[in-house]
Amino acid sequence: MNKILAAIDDSAYAASVCDHAAWFAKSAGYAIELVHVINRVSNQDADHDLSGSIGIDARSNLLDELSELDKQMAKVGKERGRTLLQNAKQRIQESGIDAVTTTLRHDRLSDTISELESQANAIVIGKRGKSADFASKHVGSNLERVARSSNVPLFVASRAFKPIKKALIAFDGGTSSSRAIDELVNNPGFNDVSLELLFVGSPSETMGKMLNVACSRLSEAGYTVSSSTSAGTVEKVIAEHVADNNIDMLLMGAYGHSRIRHLLIGSTTTEMMRTCLVPVMLFR
Amino acid sequence: MNSDTLPRLQSEWFGNARADILAGLVVALALIPEAIAFSIIAGVDPKVGLYASFSIAVIVAITGGRPGMISAATAATAVLMVTLVKEHGLQYLLAATVLAGLFQIVAGLLKLGYVMRFVSRSVMTGFVNALAILIFMAQLPEMINVPQLTYIMIAAGLGIIYILPRFTSAVPSPLVCIIVLTIVSMAFGLDIRTVGDMGELPSTLPIFLLPDIPLNFETLRIIAPYSLGVAAVGLLESLMTASIVDELTDTKSDKNRECIGQGIANTATGFIGGMAGCAMIGQSIINVKSGGRGRLSTFCAGIFLLLMIVFLGEWVKQIPMAALVAIMIMVSIGTFNWSSFKNLSIHPRSSSIVMLATVIVVVATHNLAIGVGVGVLFSGLFFAWKISKIFAISSTLSEDATQRRYEVEGQLFFASVDDFMAAFDFKEALDKVIIDVEKAHIWDLSSVAALDTVVLKFRREGAEVEIFGLNKASETIVGELGIHDKPGALERLLGH
Repeated sequence: MNKILAAIDDSAYAASVCDHAAWFAKSAGYAIELVHVINRVSNQDADHDLSGSIGIDARSNLLDELSELDKQMAKVGKERGRTLLQNAKQRIQESGIDAVTTTLRHDRLSDTISELESQANAIVIGKRGKSADFASKHVGSNLERVARSSNVPLFVASRAFKPIKKALIAFDGGTSSSRAIDELVNNPGFNDVSLELLFVGSPSETMGKMLNVACSRLSEAGYTVSSSTSAGTVEKVIAEHVADNNIDMLLMGAYGHSRIRHLLIGSTTTEMMRTCLVPVMLFR
Repeated sequence: MNSDTLPRLQSEWFGNARADILAGLVVALALIPEAIAFSIIAGVDPKVGLYASFSIAVIVAITGGRPGMISAATAATAVLMVTLVKEHGLQYLLAATVLAGLFQIVAGLLKLGYVMRFVSRSVMTGFVNALAILIFMAQLPEMINVPQLTYIMIAAGLGIIYILPRFTSAVPSPLVCIIVLTIVSMAFGLDIRTVGDMGELPSTLPIFLLPDIPLNFETLRIIAPYSLGVAAVGLLESLMTASIVDELTDTKSDKNRECIGQGIANTATGFIGGMAGCAMIGQSIINVKSGGRGRLSTFCAGIFLLLMIVFLGEWVKQIPMAALVAIMIMVSIGTFNWSSFKNLSIHPRSSSIVMLATVIVVVATHNLAIGVGVGVLFSGLFFAWKISKIFAISSTLSEDATQRRYEVEGQLFFASVDDFMAAFDFKEALDKVIIDVEKAHIWDLSSVAALDTVVLKFRREGAEVEIFGLNKASETIVGELGIHDKPGALERLLGH
């Protein structure tokens, strides 16, 4: 059975990740694997021994001390992780999906995701995790890392879940936005969602053709689809369009045309995730 | 470039910034005595060791493969260069440093870090203990034929270092030791040796200069042996320290990158008038203990060291040697593996012999590389001896007493060949001998030759010999010597 990975931590996004994952799994018929990683907490603000003095068997004493500290942190982390996963599982099962498994690991999130994603069709993750500063509105560093390393579509959950009826595809004709079309044509998940293709920029003949091709491919696959073109700065136009037209979700390529694409996710992409309050799905 | 490089760099440098900077400060204090002490050992001005410590720490922070490990001018490398300085002078030392760095870079490029797997735990313990003894012995000149007062000062220094942390762990006790002893010495005008008596201290930032030596084969002949020794010892201590820091922090390090990083640091250090160095076990432990984990800690240690020396030079000159001796005794005690005394009676005797042999050879030769070489040799021999005991031959005689079947089990190699030969009874009058080697592993040519001899001897006694299961038994030797029989073997060979 196909499945999606849902990454949760104990931030406010956990519930919304569950809801988004449940919605997506239900409409696509996928199973869900809930993933939580226990980060080793950097104890940089702990009271370090700054005495600079080392006594007899300094090395083994220090090793004992450090591993004892790690052990206690890990124990707490494991307990918390299990509870978290249990609650999330329950929440998803209540919404009518039974195929839920859980995975608890000691690792960095991006490493765990890269290990697991080969068996997954999509990844659901919150815009920010616990470690990110909520006030700043920046996207979390874990999200950036996962976005950079993962190869499957990445479903970025917004703060709260709202049923998805209308989705906007930000189309620029680039490889990753045509990947978005391919994914939609080949995989279920958005069957009941009406799609709108939006190109931001000055209209040209080639672009018009590309838009038409994309539209007809999607409608052949059974989607209700429309398309439009607007001029202006990409970030602004899309954000306004989302707000004005009751768009519930944004689908876009992870990269624009930029050459350094494997190093960074596109700046437009980051900006869109930051400013749009709807969930975003990124395609490679 | 990996897509994960930027965040990795960021976390290696700034993931632990606050604690790293504090730890760097603490470590810088522990570096001063070592840098000065080992410049004196090597017979050069303290300036040479201090510049080296600054430059090595800062460069390794950037190029090294083990964040959080402290590298600087060290005991291990300094003791190797004593004769070179005595016979040829400082300029040759600088040239040897550059060459040692180049050797280390080559070692890193050849990925020689993997050789470390042959250094067993016992050899490592021996190395660490020998190093601690070397550090302690290096303090002896400051403790022999000196005024009575010096002993009191050293004892007071040790008292401060060990007792103060019981009351507060927020102030580096070596710093307090240095300050208190300096104030006492200046206030009472004590007639004891100070750092200023030891030679020139740096008064400016280091500058680039080429070692003043003739560039010819003769020079190379002089410095090459020293450079090789320094390169080997430097890498050994660095890789060993890296595994210690790996273990303490439960993180991984890149050993080959560490080799190259150490090489770059030494090469560059030679050009700014510094002597060769490597990673330091004691100071790295101090760093981890003080909360240092990232590259910034090593970097800051180097920068703070230079700032302290250059801008506080006038005060540094007044530090009594007794204060530095006390700190180095602490480093020596902290480096030594004290449980190895207890372990002498618990561990297998062969491990203890390996450990002791390593220590004795190092203390006798003042060369850690030779000690480790002897230790590795001993542990290899002990291992071979133990494996050679995993060997048994049983035999059965047929009912008519004309045929005997020998069953060989276990490891057949140079060390077990004698036992193998001795297990056959050539004087028995037989028509046929079957040697079943299916359950044995033939590892080398010695065992092949031994098997041939056995067959020949039986034939001379008029028996017909059949060897059973040879193909399976000799897979081990063929697999290594004849690479043609495995798919992809050539690619694998070229890939390394």
